[in-house]
Amino acid sequence: MIPELEPERYELMAGPAYNFSFGRRGFFKALGGGLVVVSYAAKAQESGGGRGRGGRAMPKEIGAWLHIDEKGAVTVFTGKVEVGQNARTSLTASVAEELGAPLTSIELVMGDTERTPFDMGTFGSMTTPQMVPQLRRVAAAARQLLPAEPWEKIDFAAAAKTLVTAESGAGKFKATADWKVLGTPVHKVNRREMITGRHHYTSDIKLPGMLYGRILRPERFEAKLVSFDAGAVSNEVTVVRDGDFAGVAASSPTAAAEALAALKAEWKGEPQTSARTLFSDLKQTAQPSKDGSSIESGLGAADKRHSATYTIAYIAHAPLEPRAAVADWNGDKLTVWTGTQRPFGVQGELAEAFRIPEKNVRVLMPDTGSAYGGKHTGETAIEAARLAKAAGKPVKVVWTREEEFTWAYFRPGGVIDVRSGITKDGKLVAWEFHNYNSGSSGINTMYDVAARKVEFHPSKAPLRQGSYRGLAATANHFARESHMDELAAMAGIEPLEFRLRNLKDDRFRAALQAAADRFGWGRQKSGNGVGFGIAGGFEKGSYVAACAEVHCEQGRAPRVVRVVESFECGAILNPDQLKNQVEGSVIQGMGGALFESIEFEDGRILNARFSKYRVPRFRDVPAIDVVLIDRKDLPPAGAGETPIVTIAPAIANAIFAATGERIRSMPLNAPASAQPASAGAARL
Amino acid sequence: MPRTIDLVVNGVRHTVDADPDRPLLTVLRDELDLTGAKYGCGEGQCGACTVMLEDRALRSCQTKISVAAGKRITTIEGLEQHGRLHPLQEAFLEHDAMQCGYCTPGMIVSCAALLKRNPNPTEAEIVQAMQGNVCRCGTYPRIVAAMRSASMKMRRPA
Repeated sequence: MIPELEPERYELMAGPAYNFSFGRRGFFKALGGGLVVVSYAAKAQESGGGRGRGGRAMPKEIGAWLHIDEKGAVTVFTGKVEVGQNARTSLTASVAEELGAPLTSIELVMGDTERTPFDMGTFGSMTTPQMVPQLRRVAAAARQLLPAEPWEKIDFAAAAKTLVTAESGAGKFKATADWKVLGTPVHKVNRREMITGRHHYTSDIKLPGMLYGRILRPERFEAKLVSFDAGAVSNEVTVVRDGDFAGVAASSPTAAAEALAALKAEWKGEPQTSARTLFSDLKQTAQPSKDGSSIESGLGAADKRHSATYTIAYIAHAPLEPRAAVADWNGDKLTVWTGTQRPFGVQGELAEAFRIPEKNVRVLMPDTGSAYGGKHTGETAIEAARLAKAAGKPVKVVWTREEEFTWAYFRPGGVIDVRSGITKDGKLVAWEFHNYNSGSSGINTMYDVAARKVEFHPSKAPLRQGSYRGLAATANHFARESHMDELAAMAGIEPLEFRLRNLKDDRFRAALQAAADRFGWGRQKSGNGVGFGIAGGFEKGSYVAACAEVHCEQGRAPRVVRVVESFECGAILNPDQLKNQVEGSVIQGMGGALFESIEFEDGRILNARFSKYRVPRFRDVPAIDVVLIDRKDLPPAGAGETPIVTIAPAIANAIFAATGERIRSMPLNAPASAQPASAGAARL
Repeated sequence: MPRTIDLVVNGVRHTVDADPDRPLLTVLRDELDLTGAKYGCGEGQCGACTVMLEDRALRSCQTKISVAAGKRITTIEGLEQHGRLHPLQEAFLEHDAMQCGYCTPGMIVSCAALLKRNPNPTEAEIVQAMQGNVCRCGTYPRIVAAMRSASMKMRRPA
């Protein structure tokens, strides 16, 4: 069985955070008087607060809460974090909607392990389907406790004279038809801080007496430190060696860099594989199939059969703010500011690393310079804390770009084998899909096919790998939607018509049709180096389709000139920010589609810099038209990830339409030597 | 040997005691607490660290403080004048031309320098001039729209 939502299987999960002794009473007291509403999550999952394996949720776990002071200032506490996906704004708007309060009266405290309720983390597009309704319920409950007057007329001093606490169970939120704030293009609430440079990201934090830390990196992955000499380092610098960890902390970044360079170290490591043999390595080390079923009956009924192999390179998230942490010890109590999607997970990692109780560790997450699934783990926090412990002073560690490209984790590379069969009138009758290593997210086909077999095979990964925006849905959609295009060509049926003929799901059909209509699909014929491609997809509760126009010239990389992408995620909370996410996904997705690829050899990353690792820039951006489908009758689903999954196959299909050449590897612009060996087997 | 260097940042003269070879970026951020310019790559490839030296955009991670000594340095913090935002800042607000916001100061300062030498850039000229600035969130279309609307507003007589 394939789970609907891929578990974050690559994460280095710390032990489950069972310790709940952070005092609820404590934070109520700190607020003084006022009105407090607490939400208790009925089920662990509801707060994104599943306790992982074993699922031992606290029966009455705080899911969210809200405080209104004597002046009507509203503070809302959530364990979710802001990394550019605009959760701060959508959650603020959700509370404003239910309270009838102005956006400016609401402040969100996010991702602070001491002040916010436990939250497993900000990933999986769960903020919208889970935290939005939870905060709306809490706000609705608060509204019921207040006089039924317009917000500006309420006497908050009277209403919130004493500490009132209430559970949110009774909170019933507004019908979509009654929305006044939700559904409108609310601006990013703290955008003024961003455009003035006033917002303090983790890397901007400076504490009194703070030192700057640098870490000594092994010369290749998994190497052991066999000799270490810090004799040439100034006495004013703190030097730490603890097993294979070594680092320095000094009074300025320059002094720290000099001290790092003065360390003499010898590493011993085992030879490792390279990107050149990646795809055969992944196939060879894959776990054998557990699924004994067969699609032979379907293939028997087919008039035409097809098989092809698709490959996906390792890529890096390359968030513009590299991982950073500031650690400050006070006795055996530790406070760490760090950009992480899992503040409570990092709290657990720190507690484990320093063998202290979790209640002694506070992790705070300032709104962070992006993550894209890449900032789940807490190594930078641990590094800063280790150095700070030795120095007896606060320490900041900001990874260099090279470190970020090397010592973070990567989106997994993978190999996908597809076998299929169609009847002569273009009906899909057999579908077999094997994904090696890249993951199972979005692996199931939405097309109707009686004989199907879909399987994910974990392999021995040559690099540290983890979550990435959309997880493996990008790889699986690339393979599936490329293959569907190949089948359409074999059947001699127009690609959109071929898809619709094999598709019953109305929401998927509507997404494809919406993109095609806006694009003017079918109005112009591909050819002479100009190609039009289409692809559709579904993942994490939302539907997406993309049409791309690509221009191909002999000897030059294909150029994407126009993209229309439709997106449907239920009722739209904020049309402009949703459009922003879709545009961003198209552009970021173009990087992985066209040119991003991590090159590695023998435990080293060969292109760990922006000058060697090409990311989308201004000149790469096509004309992008976003079509939002607003389904007010459906609950909102998350939107930060799924819009990324269809751009790669849309481009690949457009290149085929332009040139007749089918490229089955991501990135599409990779040299021919990187193409899968079996690709030539499928003749079209 | 450290020696003192005068840096004139946003109209304020600072005397810093630092190695003349130190990158301007770390001095601005770590000595002068002007953290609007960001570290993104350390090789002048992403534009997050952009400041203006006189009226030209400059990658402060690649600039030794000795080069900037005595010259007029403008950072994102200096674009706001007497509580009034620069038209580019206004336009970024209006267009929500950001997601995480980390690249935003570098984008605004780079474009402010462009508008000094070319007050009426075409879209192609903006793209050309901004090619060295990376937004990993992919908000480029909004950034271009914000820059165009700011340039139009700045040319209109007040």
